Amino acid sequence: MADSPLIISTKHLHKTYIMGDVEVHALRSVSIDIHRKEFVAIMGASGSGKSTFMNILGCLDVPNKGEYVLDGVNVGRLDKNQLARIRNEKIGFVFQGFNLLSRTTALENVELPMFYNNLTNKERTDRAMEALRIVGLADRYHHMPNQLSGGQQQRVAIARSLVNDPAIILADEPTGNLDSRTSVEVMEIFQHLNERGITIILVTHEPDIAEYTKRNVIFKDGRVKSDILVEKRRNATEHLKTLPAIGEDDAEEEAA
Amino acid sequence: MNILNILKVAMRSLNRNKLRSFLTMLGIIIGVGAVIAMMAVGRGAQSRIEEQIASLGTNVLMIFPGSSNQAGVRGGMGSMSSLTPDDLAAIKNQCSAVQMVSPAIRTGGQVVFADNNWATQVMGGTEEYFAIRNWPVSSGQYFTEADVRGATKVCVLGQTVVDNLFKGGDCIGAIIRIKKLPFKVVGVLAMKGQSAQGSDQDDVIIAPFTTVQKKLMGVTFLGMMLASAISDDAMTDAQSQISELLRSRHKIQAWEDNDFTVRSQTEIASAAESTTQVLTILLASIASISLLVGGIGIMNIMLVSVTERTREIGIRMSIGARGRDILFQFLIEAMVLSLFGGLIGVILGVSASKLISVLAGWPTVVSTMSVGMAFVFSAAVGIFFGFYPARKAAMLNPIDALRYE
Repeated sequence: MADSPLIISTKHLHKTYIMGDVEVHALRSVSIDIHRKEFVAIMGASGSGKSTFMNILGCLDVPNKGEYVLDGVNVGRLDKNQLARIRNEKIGFVFQGFNLLSRTTALENVELPMFYNNLTNKERTDRAMEALRIVGLADRYHHMPNQLSGGQQQRVAIARSLVNDPAIILADEPTGNLDSRTSVEVMEIFQHLNERGITIILVTHEPDIAEYTKRNVIFKDGRVKSDILVEKRRNATEHLKTLPAIGEDDAEEEAA
Repeated sequence: MNILNILKVAMRSLNRNKLRSFLTMLGIIIGVGAVIAMMAVGRGAQSRIEEQIASLGTNVLMIFPGSSNQAGVRGGMGSMSSLTPDDLAAIKNQCSAVQMVSPAIRTGGQVVFADNNWATQVMGGTEEYFAIRNWPVSSGQYFTEADVRGATKVCVLGQTVVDNLFKGGDCIGAIIRIKKLPFKVVGVLAMKGQSAQGSDQDDVIIAPFTTVQKKLMGVTFLGMMLASAISDDAMTDAQSQISELLRSRHKIQAWEDNDFTVRSQTEIASAAESTTQVLTILLASIASISLLVGGIGIMNIMLVSVTERTREIGIRMSIGARGRDILFQFLIEAMVLSLFGGLIGVILGVSASKLISVLAGWPTVVSTMSVGMAFVFSAAVGIFFGFYPARKAAMLNPIDALRYE
């Protein structure tokens, strides 16, 4: 990995929240380097600081101390509007709860990030359709989120994260709301995207999901407890073949 | 995000809650509609009064004799017989700002034609009386200067008198009796309608003042006089010239009060106008309270909407919406509500004004200014009351907004 250029570099990140009278040290000196084309799983018990770390990586939050350089930009020195711009151009988010706009078609959901940069309507639609094609939902572009299964909704969300061609995709427990088979399907998409050269960082608390990634970073009490490369990496496509096949209809019923 | 896309998003989210959007708009609709209708009613009243004042004749000055004082008992205004035909001639010849002047001697009397009779007012003037009062004949003609000089028994009738004496028959050339004296009818005046004070201006007979003085009243003085200035701008000049002339003719010393009064039509007009202006302002301000209430309704529903859509705001922020983008999105939504409400309100207000004028027989005047003002005001209401909720949305922390259940 070291031969690929550095895309994320954090040095001694500190984050402290004040909850009432108590100071909560969410992060205590976290230093991590992530290179282009990496696929990192961030793990840890709840309260270990992994969500805070993800929020900082995603430019939704800023550290109290320490330095964060994303794709050559020192994020610590940016104001709110510049952070919004970074989120728009360099980061794709995938959430546990999908976070699609309800009563808005899949296509429009995918188009959403492009409304905040200057693209023509045609360019926007073309790129959104291309992203939907990558996640295998091109034929469902006009469906509303409530007409899609959980797995399909998450794929729409992945398409949305892709569409501005970001430097990294941040996925916060992307399989948390999905059954085991659908989880593997989502991981298959992530693996495909990673093979295409996209850097992916995902937060999970499921060890078997982490096995689909290339590197596992484990947080404990606001510190990095361990940082290891995955030796026996699971291939989602292979694994899917061993799982009993379920029809698309069943999956939809399950989601409902 | 460009304005067209923001507009599209705003329209869609309003469209999702059709009933709610409509009810919110209703406040603005009623507010704008009420402002326009009330202004129209107020303006209608104003224009009607202006019309009535204009019907008395434009740039008219009224010269009243002063009050009498007999052994300390003072009569009312006009009770003195201080104005004479010589004064009339002097005003006519010496006041450069005065175009025409005519006495207006009033007396009442019973008039008889065939077996009809009618009590009416007889007004004595010169042939210029009609021009001063801007009063055309509908048939026949005016009496002439020769009639005035010769004190002939001719008269011109108001329409009400014609209606009551002739019951639709032809009256030109007929001989009627005023206080038992025979007068020849030479003309009929066009309808003038009610005066500003509400009296019937058509219930009148006009005859040469010389005839009225000598044959009907037996007096030599003049009552009131009417004069017209050469133009609207010359009103004050005319007024002061007449005052000075009459003071010197009546030998009034500098320390003495006038024994006459010169009043202009514009004074009366402006008094009446300010009354209706107050009425209009009153109506409009009552109506604009409902516009204010409508604005508060918008604010209320926008606050609900921001809370409801906290998650959506979080999503939008996480994918790169700036605070400004969110602010505009909600501000434009509020503005679309208020502008649509304003538009429907304008339509409602204009049709309500038309309906009022048809049903109540009350003239209404919808001015473009009041429509424009109501519309602009409704947009301003949208911005003013939409800003706080929109700012609230824009200030949300994306992490908290995303977690919001």
